[in-house]
Amino acid sequence: MMKTWAIFEKEFKSFFYSPIAYVILAIFTALTGVFFYLYLSSFVEASLMDTIRSQQYRMAPQKLNVNLMLIRPYFWNIALISLFALPTITMRLYSEEKRMGTVELLYTTPIKPIQIILGKFFAGLALYIVLLIPTMLFQALLFAYGNPAFMPVLSGYIGLILLGSAFISAGLFISTTTENQIIAAIGGFALSLLLWVVGWGASYAGGTLAPVLDYISIINHFEDFAQGVIDSTHIIYYLLFTAVGVYFSLKMVESVKWRG
Amino acid sequence: MIDVENLTRFYGDKKAIADVSFHVNKGEIVGLLGPNAAGKTTTMRILTCYMPPTSGNATVGGYDIFDESMHVRNITGYLPENPPVYTDMKVSDYLAFVAKIKGVDKRDRRKEVDTVVEKAAIGDVQHRIIGKLSKGFKQRVGLAQSLIKNPEIVILDEPTVGLDPKQIIEIRELIRNLKGDHTVILSSHILPEIEQTCERVVIINEGVVVAEDTVENLTHLREGGERIRLRIQGGKEEIRKALKAVDNIKQIDFKDEKKGIHHVNIESDSDIRKELAKAIVNDGLGLYELSADRYTLEDIFLHLTTKEEEVA
Repeated sequence: MMKTWAIFEKEFKSFFYSPIAYVILAIFTALTGVFFYLYLSSFVEASLMDTIRSQQYRMAPQKLNVNLMLIRPYFWNIALISLFALPTITMRLYSEEKRMGTVELLYTTPIKPIQIILGKFFAGLALYIVLLIPTMLFQALLFAYGNPAFMPVLSGYIGLILLGSAFISAGLFISTTTENQIIAAIGGFALSLLLWVVGWGASYAGGTLAPVLDYISIINHFEDFAQGVIDSTHIIYYLLFTAVGVYFSLKMVESVKWRG
Repeated sequence: MIDVENLTRFYGDKKAIADVSFHVNKGEIVGLLGPNAAGKTTTMRILTCYMPPTSGNATVGGYDIFDESMHVRNITGYLPENPPVYTDMKVSDYLAFVAKIKGVDKRDRRKEVDTVVEKAAIGDVQHRIIGKLSKGFKQRVGLAQSLIKNPEIVILDEPTVGLDPKQIIEIRELIRNLKGDHTVILSSHILPEIEQTCERVVIINEGVVVAEDTVENLTHLREGGERIRLRIQGGKEEIRKALKAVDNIKQIDFKDEKKGIHHVNIESDSDIRKELAKAIVNDGLGLYELSADRYTLEDIFLHLTTKEEEVA
């Protein structure tokens, strides 16, 4: 446990030793901020139009749902931006150790591969949660000036973190296979994107393949979370996905030691 | 302390080491000597559990490197050829990290780091970023790292490569100070280094152990022979005639001649200095120098490592 924590701590700090973390944080915040602004202004415009219309026709104003019109599509947006951002977090997780030769330290000290992998995985996840903090602040504004339902926001973040952990485990696996960070980033992105779009093929596949592709698709399971529904099957999907990614990374690390 | 039996390792089809066997006693400093790509690093990587051998086995401190690798790692400190440092960390943070992954208790950690900082003499740089340090200091940080948790066995892969002469002397001094408390294996392709720091030498060439002995034994006697260095004034033929009269000479080797003084090397089975001196003086030749020449490790090394080529 102490050793896993040591890896976690080292890895998390090292994000901030290099400018990478700051660059990712800045871009992620800027993009999510711009989209938040766009969704917010279109929502404000819509409710303004509604008020004017109700005054003109002397009708009771329609109650526009901020959760439905703003928060839900916004979560989809964050998920999409995460797809691009997470490979840049995971690319260095393992390949950096290989490139610098520090794997020789890790493999010759009494630390188990599982401790190395878990420490790194959670460091990546922790940085992702840091990335999400600004978006939480944006949404806090809605609570300050409006009256949205809280539970869908909570479920949305649970969904994002689960989705993120699935992406991170996939990216970590790619990172264990190469000592080149660029390849790790591109590979991680390609794998994540593939898992994202595989569901689109479901409509063409038909037969028995369609439900399989639908199930594999990483984003299909996110929909319920964005709507405020926490379904255990989706939680199980993400946890299973993450476990498989972590397991593959672990086997990769163990196998590297055996190959010539 | 360390027993190596018939270790063999392939990289794909290429054989890196074959049937390597040697033994290291507790408290010894043993040098692993060989030209580049002889299999020194491979041997060390196997002993430190970085990778397994293709066949053969080894025990370190009584633990099997394959079945009890965590025990082996617990009692071994390892400095790879390139110091395994995180260049963006501070020296003290890095050492604290290594202490953590080596399982040093929280309350002992500070003390442990201070101890190795002092041993490796890096007190002045401990708050600096490792990436900004010179090669010599990085090497010392690597060495400090290997000494954390006071391991019984320290394995150093080419600890002085790439350092300047002053740094080399300092690192050597540091290694010599490890003697007694630690069992040390170090590798090098530089002979004086081994000669000056190690008590015993294992010579590896092309993945095979070609000799294993103390430095003394190796340099003193090569196949039970003596080498005597002579400087004699006189004609070449007269010298040859005079020397022929002495028994037990295996080989006479005329080296060079300066101002009528010949430099002659003689190889023999036994110490014949007395007889030689008598014969030379009796023949009326001028004896300028007569000394028993010890083989340098260099000679042994070249002899052992080129022997196979002669056969082939």
